[in-house]
This record gives sequence, C-alpha cells and structure tokens, in this order.
Amino acid sequence: MLELRNVSFRVAEGSKDEEKGILENVSFTLEDNKFVAITGPNGGGKSTLAKIIAGIEKPTQGQILLDGEDITDWSITERAKHGISYAFQQPVRFKGVTVFDLINLAAGKEISLSGACQYLSEVGLCAKDYINREVNASLSGGEMKRIEIATVMARGTKLSVFDEPEAGIDLWSFQNLIQVFEKMHKEKKGSILIISHQERILNTADEILVIADGKLVKRGSKEDVLPALLDAAQADTGCEMWQKGVQR
Amino acid sequence: MDNVQKELLKQIAGLHEIPVGAYNIRTNGKTEARNSTEHIEIVPKEGSDGIVIKIKAGTKNESIHIPVVLSEAGLKETVYNDFYIGDNCDVTIIAGCGIHCGTDDSSEHDGIHTFFIGKNSKVKYVEKHYGSGDGKGQRIMNPETIVEVGENSYMEMDTAQIKGVDSTIRKTTVKLDKNASVKVMERLMTHGEQRAESRFVVDLNGENSGANIISRSVAKDNSYQLFQSVLNGNEKCSGHTECDAIIVGNAKISSIPEITANNSDAALIHEAAIGKIAGEQIIKLMTLGLTEEEAEEQIISGFLK
Repeated sequence: MLELRNVSFRVAEGSKDEEKGILENVSFTLEDNKFVAITGPNGGGKSTLAKIIAGIEKPTQGQILLDGEDITDWSITERAKHGISYAFQQPVRFKGVTVFDLINLAAGKEISLSGACQYLSEVGLCAKDYINREVNASLSGGEMKRIEIATVMARGTKLSVFDEPEAGIDLWSFQNLIQVFEKMHKEKKGSILIISHQERILNTADEILVIADGKLVKRGSKEDVLPALLDAAQADTGCEMWQKGVQR
Repeated sequence: MDNVQKELLKQIAGLHEIPVGAYNIRTNGKTEARNSTEHIEIVPKEGSDGIVIKIKAGTKNESIHIPVVLSEAGLKETVYNDFYIGDNCDVTIIAGCGIHCGTDDSSEHDGIHTFFIGKNSKVKYVEKHYGSGDGKGQRIMNPETIVEVGENSYMEMDTAQIKGVDSTIRKTTVKLDKNASVKVMERLMTHGEQRAESRFVVDLNGENSGANIISRSVAKDNSYQLFQSVLNGNEKCSGHTECDAIIVGNAKISSIPEITANNSDAALIHEAAIGKIAGEQIIKLMTLGLTEEEAEEQIISGFLK
C-alpha cells in the first residue's frame, strides 16, 4: 500500500527568493492491487507526483509511506528494490545497451531470451526484430515507449507507475496497449498508478484522481469522475481549466 | 609459460591453450611457439626483430594468432610484423599485447604492423591491449598499423584497450584502392594518470572506396585522451568518422576530426561528441534497482562493448 501524506513540492523561481508550488498538500492512498489513473491538465503536477513516488524528486513537505514504512528519504535505488517501478514519460536511450540487456537489468536476474521476448510480444513488438537492437537513437519514440513498458513488466513489482504510456504510440498499437493494461489489471499482480489523458485507459481504472494546478481536485470511481471530465458542459466551472487538458 | 603469462594471453587473445591454425606467440622478447600451416607461412623478419606472415591467395576461413606477452619488468622492444595477404582470401588475424609490471621498472612494446592486402580479399584484424601488475613501472604500448587495401578488398579492424596501459600512442594509416573499404571500431578506456593518443589517416585513393572509422572511449580520473581522424577523399568515395567519448572525473579528451575532399564526388562526414554520462541514464537504471555506481559501470561497459 502506498500512502502520500500532505505532499508538497516547491521550486525556486526567478532570481529572488520566490517559490513556485508544483504540488500542494497532496494526500491519497493507493490500495494493493488497485488500478488508479491520474489525469488533469498539462503542467498540473502529475509527472512531478510520479517522480516523487519513484524518488527522483524529493518532496519539500509531506511524507510517503510504503506498506506503512516512511520512505520519504529513501533513494531511487532503495525504492526500486522495495518494489516501486517507474516508466518514464520520455524513455532514456543508451548507446551499446541492447533491449535484451535492459530487460535483463529490469528483471534483476538472468532471464532467458524467450523470457525477454515474451515481454516484448506483450507490448506489441515483434521480439526477434528488437531483442538484440541497441536502445539508441535508431528506435522511434513509440518503440522506446513500448520497450519502457516492457522493462516495467519485467520487474513485476508490487507498484508500477506509468507516466503517459500512450504518448507517442500510434493508433494501431494503441489498442494493443490498452489490452496490456487491461491484462495487468485483470491479473492483479500489483498496484498500478497510471498518468493518462486517454478515455479508454481512464475507463480501465478502479479509481481516477484529477490533479490540477498542483492540487488533488477530484477523486472517485470512474462512474463519478469520468462523466464530468468528458462532458465539459456539465462540469463545475472551477474545473474548466483542467478539462481542457483532457483528450477525448 | 607461467601463470602470469597465461593470464595475459587469456586477456588479450581469449586463449587458454595453444590455438588452432597458424600462430606466433612471443613472450618477453622471444618466440615461445610458432606454427605455419599449408596456406599461412610465418617466418622471422630479416634485418629486424619481428615476423613475416604470408597468406596464400585463396585462403579462406583461417585464423592467425600473434599475441605478445611481457611479464618481465624493464623490457623495451620494437617489433616489425609484415603481413602479405594474397588475392581472394578471407582470414582473421588476432593480435594483442599484454604487459605485466610487478616492479618499478617500465616495460614497453612498440609493434609496427604492415598489411599488404591483395584483391577481392576480406581481412578481420582484432587487437586487444591489456596491462596488469601493481608495480609503479609504466606499461607502455605504441602500436603502428599501416594498411594497403587492394581492389575490391575489405579490412575490418577491431581494437580495444580497456585496462592497465599507462601510455599509448597509436597510429593507423590506411590507403584504399578502387572499391576497397575499411571499417575500424576502436574502444579505449583510460584511468588514473594514463595517456592515450590515437591518430588515423585514411587516404581514399580508389574510385568507390569507403572508410568508416568509429571510436568509443571513456576517460576517467586524471587521464588524457586524444583522438584524431583524418580522411582524405581523393576520388569518388565515401567516408565517415565518428568519435564518441564519455568523460568521468577530471579527465581530459580532445577530438580532432579532419575531412578533406580533393574530388567533388567525395562524400565525407565527421561526427564527434564528448560529454559526461547523462544523468537520466543513471536515474533510469536506478529505477531498475541498480545503485549509482552500478548504473555508471553498466553504462560504460555497454558503451565500450
């Protein structure tokens, strides 16, 4: 179980001692084996929240607890070892590191070629075409995204955080991607926190959190949250800003 | 052969025992073992220290091992090896030098390799340099490689110096005939106070000749590296040189690509990049459970693979 208690993240702005709040007092609990989607307008703080959970950014205030233990000061590595996985919004490229190397590192143990290929097939990549390729600039953005998702699947941890996995993935592959997440949800192998703007991904979620302007503005089941998100005419006026960020 | 020599041999040539095929194993300035085969003749070079390797025309799928091992400190040698490769050959030459320095005396091996490659041949040349031992003596290697690639022939050079060599000046000059091509993959890592210079000069003299010179290097601590790559396009040809370097600590790296087109149909490209390991690469591997040090090691070993 992951719990965020009053998490804030502020950064210095300009030359003066001014601060800009990226996240303000965000609190929520992610129960085991739940599939939770976070949505909201661009620049609202969603990615920062994901990075704070992975340990890439440290909150300026508040606490993060994993299974009741305070992990706020833990490093990225410690969190990874204790079962937190994070899929980058913009996957990182490496010269000389192959797709197989990366999946092996993710799995944390020597895995067979066929084992690694299975993860690639699940994200819709023809394994034999990719397994020995370097994770370098020769791969397209969409290919990188799918490999990124495969590395998180290979880790198989109790919590996986995905930052806009659908971004840059073509329309034909999108269907396949949805199935990947639906399958993850069905198999309930761990909790999933997914940042997304896609209605179909939001539809898969047990719960939806809406983050706008650094604040958790709405939280509830998809039945509670989705209709308002999808129908701007019926939405509360205060939410208009973040509705613009939702793609249909 | 003692254990130190055997270990050096393993590091530079992957050899655990006497290799199959033609070979010449040189230890501490003397020939330890030599074998010629039906198609490959190895004889001492007259007038200077070294060997002459003659590969008959039509020799296919054969290999030649010519490792050099120095395990006695204080040795300094210059060795001349000449390779004559006939027409229509397809051979692999595995060279390499390992120096073990257990005392404060320096050891130096300067190897001058000259290749004369005939027509329609394919040559793969693999060279590893390695140093070991905890003596303060310097381990010095200055290899010089001179290559003439004949019509329709192809030379592939795969060179690596990953550990333990304190000072190296490497010079490679290549002349390419009509339809001849060369591909070089050089990998280099320096650490401590080591210095390494690598200079390539490729003359693309023949019509449709091609060159691809790729260097990947990592400089750590206070080490210094210089990479220079000169491509001269004298005919209709294509050439590409690329230097990618990672810098760690207080190391210094200079990269000097130089391309000259002496013919309007010469297509030449150079690329050079030097920089630290990208922070996001380390973060990505940390999210997979590696420590920062492990991540750095993984990135470097992949880069030099």
